[in-house]
Amino acid sequence: MKKALYVALLSVVALNFSGLAYALAPEEIMRMSQAAFLYPGKDFKARVVMKLINKDGKERVRELTMLRKNAGEPGGDQKYFMYFFQPADVKDMSFMIHKYPARDDDRWLFIPAFNMVKRIAAQDKRSSFVGSDFTYEDVSGRDIADDSHVIEREEKVGNRDCYVVKSTPKSTDADFGHKITWVDKVSLLPLKEEQYDRKGDPYKQFTADEVADVKGFPTVVKRTMKNLQTGHRTEVTFVKTDYDLGLEDSLFSERFLRQPPRKWVD
Amino acid sequence: MLHAAALCAVLLLASLAARAEVALSGFLQQNMAFNTGETNPDGRHYKWLEERAQLKLDATGGAWRLLAKGDLAYDHLGREGQSELREGYVDYTAGNWDMRIGRQIITWGLGDLVFVNDVFPKDHEALFAGRPLEYLKRGVDAVKLGVYPQFASFELVAAPDFRASTIPDARRFHVFDPMPAVTNRETITPDQGEAGLRVYRDIAGYDAALYLYRGFQRTPSMRPDSITAPTRITYFYPRLSVYGASVSGRAGEGVLSLEGAYYDSREDRSGNDFAVPNSQSRLLAGYQIQPVEDISLAFQYYIEYMHDYDAYRVTLPAGFPVEKRWSHTVTARLTQLFLHQTLRLSAYASYNATNGDHFVNPELRYSFTDRIWGAVGANLFGGKPWGQFGQLARDDNVYLQVRYEF
Repeated sequence: MKKALYVALLSVVALNFSGLAYALAPEEIMRMSQAAFLYPGKDFKARVVMKLINKDGKERVRELTMLRKNAGEPGGDQKYFMYFFQPADVKDMSFMIHKYPARDDDRWLFIPAFNMVKRIAAQDKRSSFVGSDFTYEDVSGRDIADDSHVIEREEKVGNRDCYVVKSTPKSTDADFGHKITWVDKVSLLPLKEEQYDRKGDPYKQFTADEVADVKGFPTVVKRTMKNLQTGHRTEVTFVKTDYDLGLEDSLFSERFLRQPPRKWVD
Repeated sequence: MLHAAALCAVLLLASLAARAEVALSGFLQQNMAFNTGETNPDGRHYKWLEERAQLKLDATGGAWRLLAKGDLAYDHLGREGQSELREGYVDYTAGNWDMRIGRQIITWGLGDLVFVNDVFPKDHEALFAGRPLEYLKRGVDAVKLGVYPQFASFELVAAPDFRASTIPDARRFHVFDPMPAVTNRETITPDQGEAGLRVYRDIAGYDAALYLYRGFQRTPSMRPDSITAPTRITYFYPRLSVYGASVSGRAGEGVLSLEGAYYDSREDRSGNDFAVPNSQSRLLAGYQIQPVEDISLAFQYYIEYMHDYDAYRVTLPAGFPVEKRWSHTVTARLTQLFLHQTLRLSAYASYNATNGDHFVNPELRYSFTDRIWGAVGANLFGGKPWGQFGQLARDDNVYLQVRYEF
């Protein structure tokens, strides 16, 4: 928050002298948006129901409990714990991610049939999360510094005033060419995002379908990611969403990966 | 003893039942594997042909949990009705320790179908007969105590009874037998238990572990009553201790795994008894990467070294196959996912550069719905007639698995 204020002040100062403000402000908007979207609270828990729907309307369901704990400030390291309920062949599997914005994640998978914890290679944050249209980055965040950001315009989504920010990856390893994000001026949540492929054609579209207030944190409890090129989409609903539960660091360990505490994975 | 303890715990759980959360699940499965080369030694065309049902009960109440997983199967190749308690245990979880009592599956170490510190029982027949991979592991009847002080985590396993690995049935597989004429055979299983300890913690971002095991070889050794004119063969499980370590973590773009162990052949420390495996060192290096989305590649390099090789050579009877002092094996696995991760192609290949032993297992698995999946694959073997895989050169098979989960 202090940082935001500092940047705001700096922006005002910069405005008086030059057009520098836009060089800082869009990045800061994206930073604050990420903080509101993926970092609220000290920790977070939700039962996540994902429907993978193909263009013919055939559904597959992935259901899991997701726990998240921030290591420090928004934009910093995070720990994720996921416990799967559905489909049947992955039931009771659990998955842990130690996420570092500036380098590759550490990921571990627990396979109950073997009672085995396996560390898995994960260099591609743009890969699909459990086969859905969401990537790991869509779930846990993309490093703001990986893209250059420009405020395109301001515009309403429904009745909400939004900044419209264009983000272009600085390197060529992303699967998209650029993306446009509609960031709510008040909640700072992304209400819509359009990803374009490297040829500039529409690729994927994210929409925040329902926002609810949970313990004072505006939370996107329903969202959809649609692949505009294949017609496949993924609808995600958060149920039993909660913040600031007092999750211990020790929860994100091999011990609990093997024996997830019922208290947290209901 | 163990059963009594389990029963007590079940009764205890029953009193908690009002508060307990109970989940029932399971599957129905059809599994077959047919020979692509020769028929079995018993003349049959199938390595495996069965229908199987599994029922799993999972009950949690407070700090207690009961899990029971039982299988009923009908085998069409002569074994007929089969039943097995796959797992059946009670968990108690406290603040910084926990305990699991009963039949449980334990996997140690980092290898992919290469076992360095995974000293627990396996079902090698299941792997070679095209059964789902989970059947490679057999449970142990044990007490497992987990203790979690700040500086490291400890897992102590104590099993009052020895449980052997299952080896391929000589009626279904062409297993190497140096003395086929001797039909008078008996098996002696250890009357003592076994114990193991795993200590693990994070060291600078790497998962590090130490392993200690004191027990027996899981697969039997054979001793004829006479080398020159044998009339009887005794199978037995030599005493064994294993001291090992492993480390895994990020290296470059992928995950590096290193594992080693010393196999102390306590039954024959001098290496003078040809019937008992020589003391051995095992070393494994593995590297796993994800070069592009939904593709992963894993490579392993595995070395075995015999410590008392000279003694082994001197005492090995004439006519027995001679193993090398060093054994070098490389393996590779490709896994690729398609169709929103509902279709999986995997291929595993293992090649022993020392004796030419090899094993290839390609598999295609598709989830038709969230409840029904099917897999088709093949097991292909080759090498010297006495090699681990070479002896199965006539046992190549193609398999099919279909499972409905509920």
